[in-house]
Amino acid sequence: MRRMSWFNVTALTLGFAFLYIPILILIIYSFNESKLVTVWAGFSVKWYGELFQNQAFLNAAWVTLKVGVLSSTAATVLGTMAAYVMVRGGRFFGRTLFSGMIYAPLVMPEVITGLSLLLLFIAVGMDRGVMTIVLAHTTFSMCYVSVVVSSRLVSFDQSLEEAALDLGCTPFDAFKSVTLPIIAPAVISGWLLAFTLSLDDLVIASFAAGPSSTTLPIKIYSAVRLGVSPEINALSTIMIGIVAFGVITASLVSKRNIARLKREEKLAVQ
Amino acid sequence: MNIRRLFLISIPYLWLLALFLVPFLIVMKISLSDLAIAIPPYTPTLSLSDGWQGIKGFWAALDIENYIFLTEDNLYWKAYLSSFKIALVSTALTLLVGYPIAYGMANASPEWRPTLMMLVILPFWTSFLIRVYAWMGILSKQGFLNQFLLWSGIIDDPLVILNTNTAVYIGIVYTYVPFMILPIYATLEKMDASLIEAAIDLGCSRLKAFWLVTIPLSKSGIIAGCFLVFIPALGEFVIPSLLGGSRTLMIGKVLWEEFFSNRDWPVASAVAVILLLLLVIPIILFQRNEQKQREAEQ
Amino acid sequence: MRSKWGSVVVPDQAIGGFMQQDDTSNEFSPWNDPTQTPLIEFKGVTKRFGEFTAIDNIDLKIYEKEFFALLGPSGCGKTTLMRMLAGFESSTAGVITLEGQDVAPLPPNKRAVNMMFQSYALFPHLTVAENIAFGLKRSDMPKSEIAGRVDEMLALVQLSTFAARKPHQISGGQRQRVALARSLAKAPKLLLLDEPLGALDKKLRQETQFELMDIQEKTGTTFVIVTHDQEEAMTVASRVAVMNHGQLIQVNTPDRIYETPNSTYVADFIGEVNLIKGKVTPLNDDIVEIHWAEGEQPLAGRSSETLAKGNDVTFAIRPEKVAISKERPDKAANMVQGEIIDIAYLGNLSTYYVKISTGQTIKAQAANNRRISRRSYTWEDPVWLSWTDTAGIVLTR
Repeated sequence: MRRMSWFNVTALTLGFAFLYIPILILIIYSFNESKLVTVWAGFSVKWYGELFQNQAFLNAAWVTLKVGVLSSTAATVLGTMAAYVMVRGGRFFGRTLFSGMIYAPLVMPEVITGLSLLLLFIAVGMDRGVMTIVLAHTTFSMCYVSVVVSSRLVSFDQSLEEAALDLGCTPFDAFKSVTLPIIAPAVISGWLLAFTLSLDDLVIASFAAGPSSTTLPIKIYSAVRLGVSPEINALSTIMIGIVAFGVITASLVSKRNIARLKREEKLAVQ
Repeated sequence: MNIRRLFLISIPYLWLLALFLVPFLIVMKISLSDLAIAIPPYTPTLSLSDGWQGIKGFWAALDIENYIFLTEDNLYWKAYLSSFKIALVSTALTLLVGYPIAYGMANASPEWRPTLMMLVILPFWTSFLIRVYAWMGILSKQGFLNQFLLWSGIIDDPLVILNTNTAVYIGIVYTYVPFMILPIYATLEKMDASLIEAAIDLGCSRLKAFWLVTIPLSKSGIIAGCFLVFIPALGEFVIPSLLGGSRTLMIGKVLWEEFFSNRDWPVASAVAVILLLLLVIPIILFQRNEQKQREAEQ
Repeated sequence: MRSKWGSVVVPDQAIGGFMQQDDTSNEFSPWNDPTQTPLIEFKGVTKRFGEFTAIDNIDLKIYEKEFFALLGPSGCGKTTLMRMLAGFESSTAGVITLEGQDVAPLPPNKRAVNMMFQSYALFPHLTVAENIAFGLKRSDMPKSEIAGRVDEMLALVQLSTFAARKPHQISGGQRQRVALARSLAKAPKLLLLDEPLGALDKKLRQETQFELMDIQEKTGTTFVIVTHDQEEAMTVASRVAVMNHGQLIQVNTPDRIYETPNSTYVADFIGEVNLIKGKVTPLNDDIVEIHWAEGEQPLAGRSSETLAKGNDVTFAIRPEKVAISKERPDKAANMVQGEIIDIAYLGNLSTYYVKISTGQTIKAQAANNRRISRRSYTWEDPVWLSWTDTAGIVLTR
């Protein structure tokens, strides 16, 4: 290793310990026999069993999943369109306003986004429920999708699109058969980002949700306000497990693809 | 402009107008309205059925009473100030924690860097709420931190950390440290290692070379990281509400309570408008920094 | 016809030694035939980007089967001119016609024009064969014929065994040929090539130049190439248009451009040249005398223009046409004395930088057909430079 001084090793060890020990403790104590989260009383998976008996949690999980899939799909479509307009749209009336509206939600405090959307839903007399959460999540996550997709579009050789037009494509055909396949990885990661943002969101969902449509974060929040509970630890462990599995698999797959691409490029030169 | 282009532009445009700009205008409008015991709990409401008189009456009824109320009531002043202070202090703490990690990553061998990078990003994908919750079990009176400190004999009585500002600082540092690490790491990684060698060759000590070369060259990353932590921390709600105590005043929490507990929508709206105005300054500064960096790279 | 001189032209200086081409009927020179109708015609075409004028009132005719080169430094407007032909830019003023038809209303996908991009723009998600078939699938060619046409194109560029590879799995030179095959697959009336060899290394570039000429001849397609490399333009093109600041400075065959540049800009841009300023006195026919320095013998040169006595002119002479000798030459139309201040040894030839009495430096080139030890000139040697009265050219702009 190059210049891996004691300072670097210490910094990395302490840093990653800080990042991961809280999560590890959370996971370990989800297997605790005792009801008291902070006292170890032997290994048990009983809290997982209880979790799956808890209808309220299961309902909330189902709502969350539904909202996540619907909103991230809508956000991906809208965000990709918005990115395309931003990068390739040229000049049009109100472009500055448009780009402002794309970037503002990224820095807007969630309480404000949530509050303003709730006031809108009330003003137009919309009943709050799954639909309003989907609308709210679509709006803020489309901005994240558009940032991810537009950074790919910016680095994309525009002559590819011109070549497609030159070879007889209509603009829509060029987008469908050249642009979209090439930006697909960015669109997929945009979808994943939108999905996790939606799964994660407490504040905006709290404003946009009606009494009948509780999402998992809302449920967790109201439970943990009363203090820690082993059931929540179990639920957290499941959620962390799913995400960790997804992220690690995705990064391994992309690492392998990059390695293959590099190998093939090397072969091509010979 | 052809139909297809119009279609492509107008769909996301109209969506954002309807679900971002219009809601915000409603917030502005309600912040100028009066509280009423009604549904919705504010007045006036615009009713177009009354025609022109209705609109005129509507405009006449708007006033800045709520803003005056905010300036008069100590609670709001203190909440803004204390949010600002908490955001500032925790940004500084995040920098202190994040910089050494970013530095260590940038100096790790190239084959390790992608893994380290993934380890930094991974927590970011896991639920924010869960990560904050994890600290509740650690910081509580019977929590792991106190257990450890009592066991090792450093303290004799358990510390009260949970439900204090200290817990809020820890929570913010913990959840936002990846935002600090990534931009700093990006600038440090690009830095030419021979610059440090050159500085040492020219007579600097290692520490002095770090201070005179590494820090100035990573300035843009530091600035970007600080804004990325400071801006969301200012409006933070979950961390103060779970880790902070009843005396922790943060504006996000005040807004939430004003809205859900007091049901004072006009005042909540006014609080939101002022919070946004406060955020405009750091956002513009952040954009400037990014712009400068982009220009420097070209 | 072109392949005759195409196969011999190698370095610049060789071009100078050519006999003047006569415009006889068996030459390929439709531009000299008033009965020919041009394939493309620019009529007063101007293109502005805001304040900036990229193309300034250009008139140009390009004929069928030509290999036409647009040559100029970056930012001269050559790429804009090409993109206007492809349909990616529209003109601010003027008309561009293809086979007599105004192309302005046609979008790029409706034009019988194809382009080979500087970056090649190969679709990274498609194989070599799919890239070549891409345009065919969007033409009116029956599906059953597409595979055959793709094979034919692959054979033309000698890539049949690479059909199933993706662009990142082949080398740079092969990518260039795929791009060429893809743009030729639809048998366009006009093929535009934007710096087609720019990404290749020098050796590969020279080989590919001849391949390109070969393919152009085989397919009979009209080629318009954009390049900033004068050697490349001279090698491949039937005619070269030298551009600067959005204007066409000179349009002619490579040998005419080299032998009879119409301006100091062209003379200086193509190959090496000595430029000497002076005032003119017409003698007889097209021979003129140039008074260039007090107390110096006037220079003799030719001019195609009728010049009045006392006009300001620039005398241009190529270094390879300047003879260098130790003794004063017996009879030469022009001679000056000087001292060698620098020698650039280029292997097959050497360039001598000779400082003359006026302080100017004149370059003379001589072939190195002897071994170094037996060469007769060295630094600070006094020498004579001489050239005939038809070797140089008198330029007025």
